[in-house]
Amino acid sequence: MMHALRLLLGRVTGIAFAILAIATINFVLVHSAPGDPALVIAGQSGATDAKFIEQVRADYGLDRPYLVQLGTYLGKVVQLDLGYSYRQRRAVSELILERLGPTLLLTLSAFVLSLVGGVLFGALAGRRHGSWSDLTISMMALLFYATPVFWLGLMLVLVFSIQLEWLPAFGYSNMRSGTFGTFDQAVDVARHLVLPAVTLSAIYMAVYTRLMRSSLIEVQHEDHVRTARAKGLTEAAILRHHMLRNAAVPVITFAGLQAGALIGGAVVVETVFAWPGLGRLTFEAVTARDYPVLLGLFLVTSILVIAVNLLTDLLHRLIDPRVVTR
Amino acid sequence: MKRRDFTKLLLAGMALPGAGFMRDGMAYAQTPDGGLTSLLAPEPPTLMLPLNQQQPTIVAGAKIFESLLDFDFDLSPRPQLAESWDISEDGLTYTFHLVRNAKWHDGAPFTAHDVVFSCSQMLMELHPRARASFERCESIVAVDDHTVVFKLKEPFAPFIYAFETSSAPIAPRHIYEGTDYKNNPANDHPIGTGPFKYKEWVRGSHIHLVANPDYYQEGKPGLTEIFFRIVPDAASRAVALETGEAQLAGWNDVENFDVQRLAALPHLEFTTKGYEFASPLLWYELNLRKEPFNDLRVRKAMMHLLDKSFIVERIMFGLAAPATGPIASTTPFFQADLPQYEFDVDKANALLDEAGLKRGADGKRFIMRFLVVPAGEMWTRLGEYFRQAMAAGGIDVVLETTDMAGWGQRVSNWEFEATNNLVYQNADPALGVARSYVSSNIRKGVLFSNTEGYENPEVDRLFAEAAVQTTREARQERYTAVQRILVEDLPVLWMTEQRYATLYDNRLVDVIVGATGVNGNLAQARYA
Repeated sequence: MMHALRLLLGRVTGIAFAILAIATINFVLVHSAPGDPALVIAGQSGATDAKFIEQVRADYGLDRPYLVQLGTYLGKVVQLDLGYSYRQRRAVSELILERLGPTLLLTLSAFVLSLVGGVLFGALAGRRHGSWSDLTISMMALLFYATPVFWLGLMLVLVFSIQLEWLPAFGYSNMRSGTFGTFDQAVDVARHLVLPAVTLSAIYMAVYTRLMRSSLIEVQHEDHVRTARAKGLTEAAILRHHMLRNAAVPVITFAGLQAGALIGGAVVVETVFAWPGLGRLTFEAVTARDYPVLLGLFLVTSILVIAVNLLTDLLHRLIDPRVVTR
Repeated sequence: MKRRDFTKLLLAGMALPGAGFMRDGMAYAQTPDGGLTSLLAPEPPTLMLPLNQQQPTIVAGAKIFESLLDFDFDLSPRPQLAESWDISEDGLTYTFHLVRNAKWHDGAPFTAHDVVFSCSQMLMELHPRARASFERCESIVAVDDHTVVFKLKEPFAPFIYAFETSSAPIAPRHIYEGTDYKNNPANDHPIGTGPFKYKEWVRGSHIHLVANPDYYQEGKPGLTEIFFRIVPDAASRAVALETGEAQLAGWNDVENFDVQRLAALPHLEFTTKGYEFASPLLWYELNLRKEPFNDLRVRKAMMHLLDKSFIVERIMFGLAAPATGPIASTTPFFQADLPQYEFDVDKANALLDEAGLKRGADGKRFIMRFLVVPAGEMWTRLGEYFRQAMAAGGIDVVLETTDMAGWGQRVSNWEFEATNNLVYQNADPALGVARSYVSSNIRKGVLFSNTEGYENPEVDRLFAEAAVQTTREARQERYTAVQRILVEDLPVLWMTEQRYATLYDNRLVDVIVGATGVNGNLAQARYA
């Protein structure tokens, strides 16, 4: 018990230091890029006025020495204060919180979709290795893996929104959804979610399909599978109890590692589909060189990735008992 | 959940996209009952127009806030919060008689004291363009509740243009006086006098304005509500117009190459009117502090290497007109008969030879760096075209890329050799043209100043004199002279007068009714 507690404490301390280190690196990187946010704000306001630019710099503390800015930032991070947006004049935490929900909905949906789809298709292909279905699934996986995300998004819109008129082309909800009942609101969001989630999941589903397929092909020649067959178990039981679980381990590990990339992919998907999430907030903050928002987003994203990796570790233990005993 | 229930749910989910009750995606998305959905990108930082004057803030904020005047397509002033006005003979006193029945959106009456407070206090602190105008005032006085008098220190002919909505949005004194303007809680629920009131802002999604039932112009607004749908991707914005999810788009909402296709759709109307106030001029800018760009022969050669009609047709897709000089044809005092530099590669090569820039063994005369404006497809193509055009003269162009912050920093600090620039003329040469050429505006660290570093005392004198003349003839005389000098000196290489596309649902009428187009208040817009 004490050992487990010590282990947990060590892990939490490690994470806290990692977060502080990430915050420092982010700050240094973001501030090292050439460019002055005060000029972006002035330029977008059509301001040919040195006084205005000085005013903007003073307002946001950009006129203070670099190390003072870094110290102030880290001090605030420790107090869970992410600062104030240059562009939107609102607390960064407030901006991030209102966008976190849509992003979690989109990325989790895409994550689940890609994982479930990837495992299913991969299992189907791997099980019938060399068959037509294997060939078709492998070809499709290769195709989706090579398709640019934004292009796939636009093609889906072309087919399902413009031609078939089945699904909305963009947005998170109907602008009048406030007047809908709870069920209709949920259906409305679900309809808006379909295209972005499918778009975001496609490439990962392709990766997991290929991974699952090769993993299953490898597993089916292992001794314990042969033993199970010798015991007279049915093929379905062998697949379910002895092959899938073993073959899924590398897929789960890889999926955990891909969590960061999934959030990165959300930047493109959220922009194409006008999805009001963190990805779009990142895109807007980069364009406007809104340092506090960018730093806040990087920090939150890092924490999310750490959390997903922790979750993956747990899942790993659940699937592979050897990890616990090791 | 039992497996059978789960299967049912799954089937229901699969059927959802085609479900009858939501089948008609288009009708479902449209704004009914006399309302309008307009596209907006990027998302504005605030709707508080006195606080921020970025393009999206103006588009949405100008429906909530107003100023004293509005402007016709020919830039003549029209009543808005001022029903009439007088300008004294000596051009020093501007007297505005305000409408008597205007109210703020919280019900408080609008008076001359709001105008005095806005122009002498709030905008002086917050608004750089307003500050430049009202600094010229000796006094701003409310004679009574409905009369306000601006007395200038010296005549300034374009002063009347200071009263356009984005140039001087009037804010409610009873809410802002004595407060920290930037952090006033009312900034989140802006209160103006305009035809539309703030209702809701779902960040990242949309802004919802509703008709102001107490608007002072009878029978207006003609629309019941406006939704500004925030769509960051240009292709998605085109889809929104195509499917009817949005009924209005302006400025750069639609990429130039997509305009003709959308304009041809039966449900959309297209116009390039409504940008006369801004009249943006686009040019190639060279850093005249550096060799060989300080040699007039080189600048003339570069002008001969650039084919404006190619830019108009192939890069702007017709949404531009060739520029002939520093003043756009839609801005007052434009001079039509200025000498031009026709597209002539031989002449360009002769000029470069004359300048002593001989071709090397590889056929190249010199290498230069071009800083591409990081603002979208059109700007990238302008950079690529520049490289291609200069190659014909033996000039090897290396394209450099950066982001908007980097571009702003390098151009304003004169750390560039060549780039593009686009500057609004703001209805008068004294407001939007002189700033790019007068030596007093060579200010390091300031964008849209005389960043190329051009100096000519005669040009300085003519611009200074033209701004304070009180007759149109006297101003024209000086602006004609200055245009001739500038076209000969080529401080920048003027390319095009930009035209922007406004696309709107053809059931709508009176959408674009003046020189500020979609930046106007849309009070007259309605369904036919």
